[in-house]
Amino acid sequence: MAIEARAPPSQFVAKLRRVLGGQAGWGGFALQILFVAALAWIGYEIVANARANLAAQRIASGFGFLSNTAGFGVSQSLIPYSESDTYTRVFFVGLVNTLVVSVIGIFFATLIGFLVGLGRLSPNWLLARIAGGYVELVRNLPLLFQILFWYLAVLAALPNPRQSISLFGSFFLSNRGFGIPKPVGTVGFEPFAIAVAVAIVGALLLRGYARRQLFQSGRLIKIWPYVLGMLIGLPLLATLIFGKPVTFEYPELKGFNFSGGSRIIPEFVALTLALSTYTAAFIAEIVRAGVQSVHKGQMEAGASLGLTRGNTLRLIVVPQALRVILPPLTNQYLNLTKNSSLAVAIGYPDLFSVFAGTTLSQTGQAIEIIAITMGVYLVISLVTSAIMSFYGWRIGRSMGA
Amino acid sequence: MAMRNGRLASAMIAMIEEFRTSLKGFAMKRATLVFTLALAAGLSAQAASAQTLKTVKDRGMLSCGVSQGLPGFSAPDDKGNWAGFDVDVCRAIAAAVFNDPTKVKYVPLSAKDRFTALQSGEIDVLSRNTTWTLSRDTSLGVNFTGIAYYDGQGFLVRKSLKVNSALELNSASVCVQTGTTNEQNVADYFKGNNMKYEVIAFGTADETVKAYESGRCDVFTSDVSQLYAERLKLANPADHGVLPEVISKEPLGPLVRHGDDQWLDIVKWTLFAMVNAEELGITQKNVDEMAKSDKPELKRVFGTDGNLGETLGLTKDWVARIIKATGNYGEVFDRNVGAGSKLGIARGLNQLWNKGGIQYAPPIR
Repeated sequence: MAIEARAPPSQFVAKLRRVLGGQAGWGGFALQILFVAALAWIGYEIVANARANLAAQRIASGFGFLSNTAGFGVSQSLIPYSESDTYTRVFFVGLVNTLVVSVIGIFFATLIGFLVGLGRLSPNWLLARIAGGYVELVRNLPLLFQILFWYLAVLAALPNPRQSISLFGSFFLSNRGFGIPKPVGTVGFEPFAIAVAVAIVGALLLRGYARRQLFQSGRLIKIWPYVLGMLIGLPLLATLIFGKPVTFEYPELKGFNFSGGSRIIPEFVALTLALSTYTAAFIAEIVRAGVQSVHKGQMEAGASLGLTRGNTLRLIVVPQALRVILPPLTNQYLNLTKNSSLAVAIGYPDLFSVFAGTTLSQTGQAIEIIAITMGVYLVISLVTSAIMSFYGWRIGRSMGA
Repeated sequence: MAMRNGRLASAMIAMIEEFRTSLKGFAMKRATLVFTLALAAGLSAQAASAQTLKTVKDRGMLSCGVSQGLPGFSAPDDKGNWAGFDVDVCRAIAAAVFNDPTKVKYVPLSAKDRFTALQSGEIDVLSRNTTWTLSRDTSLGVNFTGIAYYDGQGFLVRKSLKVNSALELNSASVCVQTGTTNEQNVADYFKGNNMKYEVIAFGTADETVKAYESGRCDVFTSDVSQLYAERLKLANPADHGVLPEVISKEPLGPLVRHGDDQWLDIVKWTLFAMVNAEELGITQKNVDEMAKSDKPELKRVFGTDGNLGETLGLTKDWVARIIKATGNYGEVFDRNVGAGSKLGIARGLNQLWNKGGIQYAPPIR
């Protein structure tokens, strides 16, 4: 009689047990469920009791206020807004303002940060000292102080609207902001936009083709004259056929202020300036650390290949440094976004100012509004960090690391 | 700088307080569990909200919410002592409770944080030029106790602009403090008159005035009394003028938490006592003489006949205590904001009802 081997335990069940309970097995799984249930219960109790207490104290609660009329004005809204809109609309106006100042701030902070960081490593003594001085000065002063400095300095330096500084009769600089002509689309706008899009796509295709040729057959094709011709020629052609794509609406002094045109308010300028210069100081140090983490043999290798210093940095050193730079750079982007809530000090209508400020004090619903605001900042931060992680993953992949 | 940080800190404290308030209820409701008991022990410092008078007496101090510095209403004087119209209301309450007007802890609050501070129990009474509106009365968990000052919203402009009426303000930039009724009134006014405007809202009164002074705005709008007070802070007060239009009703008065009727009565009648005292001719100087009077009305007021003060939870001589500490309503008005002060605001609506104003208090009997 043959001895039958004992059937092996089911692979599926073992795997499930491992996944759910880890090393502790089913017991661990049960514990986890209990823990989550306890957390959920505590969460529920906090919410339920807060509600009961607020009701007992006759303090309004719930999210019904979001559909009430706001009844106050906002100085900058990139989406249509009037006083008779709801608090929900106010929320979005504030959110857009926060996003705009963050994105533009991040752009300039990165630009200045990289320039200063690389400048600090420059062999040019003066440049390196100036960059070093910038970093030490800016990062050691409180941000709020810098915001107020830019705001009050900008305002104090500028004349009132009636004596505004005019450039070409169409740009106006005063203490009410920077008035610029506003482009208004006409009939020719659509063909023009299509022509630009076609030119860009064409240029990209041409670039891809040139690269393939370079890598496959070693042939270097000069494409920039064609690209330039296409980028300028096609839109020009569209303009000639269909007429001017846009006309400009110029700012005009009417009463106390400029009407017509677009206006960049001083609060926005001051906040963007302060946020980007402040964060740039930190980014500069991160960039310096990143570049110095790349072995100096790489720089020498570049030089021995006959590359200029700039090209060596751009093509060899910075891509390798990016692996070190990215995680702390993400931190700085998140800091900048969160620091934008200091806008309330200078009356820039960001999310914190119009929603967690004005809306909160008008409705008195602190718990709901603070919860929403915290949630929004969390989401913005998580999205920023996800984008940066994705970018880091791509760099890591392209370098085979 | 310090003020900004203080403001942020107080906002955070308010948030934490609010969180604590909700936790407290949590603890009281489910006190059977051990860990909630621990929480309750940690939070027992905040006694039940329905016994404000007892809390105040146990603490030995009245905690009074005031502005962050509004000359004439609540601002520290050159010796660092708080003084002003709203401060005198705090002092009067402290005098009624403790017979000592100095037993007050002043908590400076921005317009935005003031209600949260009251809700959370950080202060016992808010005496901070706050406008009485229906929505505030019903949805913030607070009760207004009366009208200490009849005010209205106006506009402050540079005289060099040569503007004579608010109706000439089309397209102006307007500076306003956020979290006020002013912010909504100005929107209503400009919309109602088909005028365009740009509003820039700041967190504190100081920031608002600074922006106005730097030329960011053509107009600074606030309650008229505040315009006169803030004007004193400008470099050249005489270069700025208040426009004649008053665009809203701003009845200002002290407020307390909802749900403690006894405390509401005390604050309410402290104010009424001051108004009644002016009507009866009782002043800080003659209060001792008047207390000896045989007139039945005065005997009731001074507690030599009956025990009206005790029914409030105070003592029989509560009115005498208040008047000795602060003087009557008219004296308080004149000393802080009226003819006897730098502000020089006319009594106007705040004159007694029998002298052409509308300030009127129910009788003490």
